[in-house]
Amino acid sequence: MLKVRVIPCLDVKDGRVVKGVQFVDLRDAGDPVESAIAYDAAGADELCFLDITASHENRGTLMGVVSRTAEACFMPLTVGGGVRTIEDIRNLLLAGADKVSIMTAAVNDRDFVRRAAEKFGTQCIVVAVDAKKVSETGSPDRWEIFTHGGRKPTGIDAVHYAQEVATLGAGEILLTSMDRDGTKIGYDIALTRAIADAVSIPVIASGGVGSLDHMVEGIRDGHASAVLAASIFHFGEHTIREAKEKLRANGLPVRID
Amino acid sequence: MKVAIIDYGSGNLHSAHKAFERAASESGIGGEIIVTSDPELVRTADRIVLPGVGAYADCRRGLDAVPGMVAAMTEAVHDNGRPFLGICVGMQLLADRGLEHVTTPGLSWIGGDVVEIKPTDPTLKIPHMGWNTLDQAQDHALLAGIPTGADGWHAYFVHSFHLQPSSSDTVIATTQYGGSVTALVAKDTVAGTQFHPEKSQKLGLALIANFLRWRP
Repeated sequence: MLKVRVIPCLDVKDGRVVKGVQFVDLRDAGDPVESAIAYDAAGADELCFLDITASHENRGTLMGVVSRTAEACFMPLTVGGGVRTIEDIRNLLLAGADKVSIMTAAVNDRDFVRRAAEKFGTQCIVVAVDAKKVSETGSPDRWEIFTHGGRKPTGIDAVHYAQEVATLGAGEILLTSMDRDGTKIGYDIALTRAIADAVSIPVIASGGVGSLDHMVEGIRDGHASAVLAASIFHFGEHTIREAKEKLRANGLPVRID
Repeated sequence: MKVAIIDYGSGNLHSAHKAFERAASESGIGGEIIVTSDPELVRTADRIVLPGVGAYADCRRGLDAVPGMVAAMTEAVHDNGRPFLGICVGMQLLADRGLEHVTTPGLSWIGGDVVEIKPTDPTLKIPHMGWNTLDQAQDHALLAGIPTGADGWHAYFVHSFHLQPSSSDTVIATTQYGGSVTALVAKDTVAGTQFHPEKSQKLGLALIANFLRWRP
């Protein structure tokens, strides 16, 4: 039986982890590779690097990080952040990423998703959907795509957008509620379910995890195939194992090898 | 022992290379792992690995675009009985035909067609992406020491098509995803995994070590 995936996400800036892993004693908590190895050992099902490097000149450091991670961790690695061109995707895949997540470039040019999927295969194209609720209280739920870290509205309906990129060849959707991101009050379940039920590809729920119950809700109520979280793991509040045991106790299938 | 991982432009072989090196050193088998697009090195290798990601037709085109590669693989495997492992689309290429978008001839080393997965449960997502257990159909050296069944170890899958063999004799293991999906096939000195051993942590490294030890 296919298992629910638990995916820790590391923010990487100029080749260094922004909020480093602190649940084990690492020689260098700022080294993404050391953090990746720690999560590999802890039983994470996949790993996600989100590159938040501001300048394009420093992108080269990310390639080294991805390459060293792929040498040390034999688990799937998704890398996103600042991916704009087919060349960016090629470079990340050649460095050792298994999947590349694209965001703004897909919003600006939907056909980029099709070209990327045709070039590299659906299996490695993840489209990041950053959505915010725009409907008024009392009216039917509606979410829009926001770019620039949730600051810039686009007017694009999030559910329609998700369906569109799925049709164009996205292999997976990384869905982040920009309302919930960083709040620790749980995923936007209505958003997650609206999108997961509207597309035939897997959806990763992201944004707002503050407890293990939130992960259960993301899968059980939000119909996500995977849950992504950052600080809840990095700061040792919970281990990957605890997350999986919680999911299992709620009747959801997990991998504990 | 020399192990050749065939580079024909289909995806990144860095992690496959490192996983084979790790499995070779941890198991004490040792040997030299090379990533190559040189048919001569494939012809003379002791073991051959054919990875592959992306669309079937693209992979077939990529393989044919390396002059002499298919001939070198065929000679090593069929004339000299070298152990061969196909991974993901590299495994699917072993079939007679791929039916992804267009019909593409495979290598016809293992009879059957590569067809779309059609789960009986319509809520199941495609691609079949993530960790799944293996159901062993018959004993095989590649699965030695690897726990299978519902409580067994997990393999990492990411695919929308699978090899439907014409004979069940070649099916070593399947996985369940709204029906039976082919996970591991083998015939004589040729084997193939739909899942990615280089991404399957414990199970993957164990299977790679088994392949390095395999004496079919």
